[in-house]
Amino acid sequence: MSIPLYDSGIASGLLSGILFGYALEAAGFGSPRKLTGQFTLRDFSVFKVMFTAVIVCAVGLYVLRTMGWMGPAAVFIPTLFFWAILLGGVFIGAGFAVGGYCPGTSVVGVASGRIDAVVFAIGMVLGTSVFAWVFDPIKDFYLAGQGPTAQTLPQLFGLPEWVILLALIIIAAVGFRLGTILERSRGGPFTAEEVCAPDDEADDFALTSANARG
Amino acid sequence: MRDAPKAFWSPLAAGTALGLALLLTFVVTGHGLGASGFVTRFAAQANDWVAPQATADNSYFGPFMAAGSPLLSWITWEVVGVLIGAWLGAKGAGRISVKVERGPRTSSGNRLVYALLGGALVGFGARLARGCTSGLGLSGSATLAVAGFVFLIGFFAAGFAVSMMMRRIWQ
Repeated sequence: MSIPLYDSGIASGLLSGILFGYALEAAGFGSPRKLTGQFTLRDFSVFKVMFTAVIVCAVGLYVLRTMGWMGPAAVFIPTLFFWAILLGGVFIGAGFAVGGYCPGTSVVGVASGRIDAVVFAIGMVLGTSVFAWVFDPIKDFYLAGQGPTAQTLPQLFGLPEWVILLALIIIAAVGFRLGTILERSRGGPFTAEEVCAPDDEADDFALTSANARG
Repeated sequence: MRDAPKAFWSPLAAGTALGLALLLTFVVTGHGLGASGFVTRFAAQANDWVAPQATADNSYFGPFMAAGSPLLSWITWEVVGVLIGAWLGAKGAGRISVKVERGPRTSSGNRLVYALLGGALVGFGARLARGCTSGLGLSGSATLAVAGFVFLIGFFAAGFAVSMMMRRIWQ
């Protein structure tokens, strides 16, 4: 049996999704206050969870390749289109700060009852549609600054993969330390009690709509 | 009165679980996790319901429609899985919370306007970047792709900048 299995069937999608959703929810990523706490420096969970996951998976892929269980170009590696990917990241960062979610976490928000996540998802469908309708005029920009196909950091810097992995681990460790100090000084991180309790906000909402109805 | 919700996992534990789920996805499918790919397919389908001819002629949505049934795809099942997995986790830990979640100084109405606006920015940005925080930031960076890290630089820079300008939405 060779890996990857290249199985993109229903069962594989459901399995990956269930594990993905369970882990994101356990991290607290169904809550937009916890998520945006990253950018007000009150909660470093986004940075910590993401960096940990990237490192665990990157080390796993490195081990699978080093042991000869997987070929060098066996998994999908995205290609850089510098300007579109940088600006796309800027749009998503801005939309995340304003709207409280990214695409994956909005699904977790919906699953854990957030009405604002449903509205956010409707917004994403609208934004995607706008993109499709202006695609022709921005196509040159969309394709600008193309990098080498499937280029990785070890290739970019001309360093062995283990050096890059070690550098990422050091950056993550420093970020963890710094993050913990910052979030404590700001009264964070957000706990499940704070963001998931059946709090007065839901009552407020009912009250506000009741008042609006007069 | 229901019991207090169970605590979230520590970021290290949740991140490790997420990394292992991602690694398993690479081993099974040869690619990583995503989310905005489903939104794109859903948007193509929704545009087709409203304006079938214009959607078929559209240079971005057209190829999705020409391939037939845009929603019958791995990413759809994955997103259905995310709904199930997140619901199971939230239910089991008493963390289901039906509400408009918002900062203490933001009204529910304003919060929903910000959610719609933010969602639209994210939807547009994900198409421009060819992926989102899951597909590029997480999965791309896990393959050490330069594209993934360029995305993350833009994401964090803009997140901090906009958050600084609009601090009171959440505080």
